[in-house]
Amino acid sequence: MDHLAKIGLFIPCYVNAVFPEVGIATYKLLKQLGIDVDYPVDQTCCGQPMANAGFEGKSLPLIHKFNDLFDTYDYVVGPSASCVAFVKENHPHILAAHGQHQCQMSGKIYEVCEFLHDIVKVEKFPGAFPHKVSVHNSCHGVRELHLSSPSELHTPRYSKIKDLLSLKEGVEVFEPQRVDECCGFGGMFAIEEDAVSVQMGKDKLRNHIATGAEYVTGADSSCLMHMQGIARREKLPIQFIHVVEILAAGL
Amino acid sequence: MKKETHIHAAERFLNNKKNAVWHDETLWQTRAKRDRQAALIPEWEQLRELASKIKMHTITHLDHYLEQFAAAAEKNGATVHWAKDAAEHNAIVLQILQQHQATQLVKSKSMLTEECHLNPFLIEKGVDVVESDLGERILQLMDIPPSHIVMPAIHIQREAVGKLFEEKLNTEKGNADPTYLTRAMRKSLRQKFLASTVAMTGANFGIAETGDVVVCTNEGNADMGTSIAKVHIVSMGIEKVIPSHDALSVFVRLLARSATGQPSTSYTSHYQKPQKEGELHIILVDNGRSSILADKDHIQTLKCIRCGACMNTCPVYRRSGGYSYSYFIPGPIGINLGMLKAPKNYYTNLSACTLCFSCNSVCPVQVDLGNQIYKWRQGLDSIGKANRTKKVMSDGMRMMFKQSGIYHAALKAAPLINLMPRALIYCKADKWGIGRELPQFAKQSFNSWWKKEVLKK
Repeated sequence: MDHLAKIGLFIPCYVNAVFPEVGIATYKLLKQLGIDVDYPVDQTCCGQPMANAGFEGKSLPLIHKFNDLFDTYDYVVGPSASCVAFVKENHPHILAAHGQHQCQMSGKIYEVCEFLHDIVKVEKFPGAFPHKVSVHNSCHGVRELHLSSPSELHTPRYSKIKDLLSLKEGVEVFEPQRVDECCGFGGMFAIEEDAVSVQMGKDKLRNHIATGAEYVTGADSSCLMHMQGIARREKLPIQFIHVVEILAAGL
Repeated sequence: MKKETHIHAAERFLNNKKNAVWHDETLWQTRAKRDRQAALIPEWEQLRELASKIKMHTITHLDHYLEQFAAAAEKNGATVHWAKDAAEHNAIVLQILQQHQATQLVKSKSMLTEECHLNPFLIEKGVDVVESDLGERILQLMDIPPSHIVMPAIHIQREAVGKLFEEKLNTEKGNADPTYLTRAMRKSLRQKFLASTVAMTGANFGIAETGDVVVCTNEGNADMGTSIAKVHIVSMGIEKVIPSHDALSVFVRLLARSATGQPSTSYTSHYQKPQKEGELHIILVDNGRSSILADKDHIQTLKCIRCGACMNTCPVYRRSGGYSYSYFIPGPIGINLGMLKAPKNYYTNLSACTLCFSCNSVCPVQVDLGNQIYKWRQGLDSIGKANRTKKVMSDGMRMMFKQSGIYHAALKAAPLINLMPRALIYCKADKWGIGRELPQFAKQSFNSWWKKEVLKK
């Protein structure tokens, strides 16, 4: 990677409000790797919640705002696979559908794990995280950003998240049965179809817990938030941590 | 009649916990079998790609291939009928039955006749309609519709079948042994087969270059029916035509592996000519298909080969069952086909999707099922069927996120929610809180941290 490259940090709205530690870990980790990171403070949301609910039009002003704020950066990096996937996959076609200019973000936005793995090509992370973790392969991370090979496809197996975790001292990595089945979050699905959503979350958690892991980790805090809500309600013995927090542990 | 929404039907399905767990696990095992079979074929992904391209090519040259198919079939001695809709299809079937003074029709499995509501139509006209696929026959005796397109009675456990057969077939009390029950049904159906003069099948494929109809089954019931009856009626959707046997060789490698995890179905029957002194009627049915051709967002649904793999993998279908959808075809493909049929009747199925996109990846012909569901949701507001809560929430978010100032103020105020009394937060209106604890807002947002720790330094 070009060391003069300027990185714009994209901190999705719910990470900003609920999981600031994930944003902080992302910043510290990139900084520690000698990368020039900036955070445009006026950023808000990528527009995914309303678009997935059926109101793409309402996300249009947010897409414009996103483009204006991140226009000058060489890369945009964010710790949320689903939000990054939305910018990458959906911003271009929403803009096109409304007869607007070509989307510049799609080619330069990366989920942080993808960025560390593919662009920075990190060889070792400092410090250690001596714990057992179960990797949560989130749908948009797997099937839109290709962070790992989807279980449905018969292509060579890989996992960028597992690759990265193997570069951190002490981490013991597991994966649940039904390795990339959806946890049932799905944005407004979680509220609209709450019965199915909660059942899916419970089933997913049972599979994570069965690995013997102490933590569920993944590249999407939204899935983790949903499962955490169920784990707290059901008093299940498992904790939740974003991949980037593990990689930044000790910084 | 106002149909129950998917949301409520799913909730009801999940209330029967034991059954719900069993249903999810049973369907998941089918998905797992499909994975194991697909993994044995090194060129699996190329096959999917090829199958998708062949289908896309065929449906975009449908006029040519249908004419070629019809001409070849007629040359073989078949009679080809064209039905523009369900009513025409049903009338043609009735006419053929009447011409032969047939009072009984033995059928093998066909989703198209389900789509056309053929059975109730014929029964009303006094025809004894006999479903001969075991699952379909069970459902017919129970007087309920299929809950899955390939495994129609997958939601029914063998104890319930045992009870049904005690009543209908005089089987031993309490005997739910699958072999015993299957033999009892075989014996009962044998009489129907022997007495039939007209048999009906669906069609998995129609081969344009040779005019043969290909039917894939496991039980041999289609062959039994069509071997005994002198008259064979094929009910075939116009999108089922494919160019050649070469093309067929791609699809038969994908179909059973995707559907049930078998390398192939027990029978892959080619029907080319009528029996000696018999008749072969092929009814080519449009019933809305040609209008889908003009719909660029949804044309891909016409590639579907009805394998049901999208249902088996769908995490929502497995946990809500086939009856939770208001259209007769459930799961991801059914959500889309229902919307194509009548959006105002079937739009409530659109909530049954997390956009996990697993369906896109299992589909043997690469239909972009999840993307289409996303697209349908975008159109709901324009037909006045948008969910009001979601619309209000989306408007609120748009307001808040458009103005950085409002968003920043909200970020600062959010932690106050943590201090609200539990009873106020976990109320009936909060559907998140029914099965989950709410996330705790951080005392200090990332924005505040950035301003304090990075900008000030």
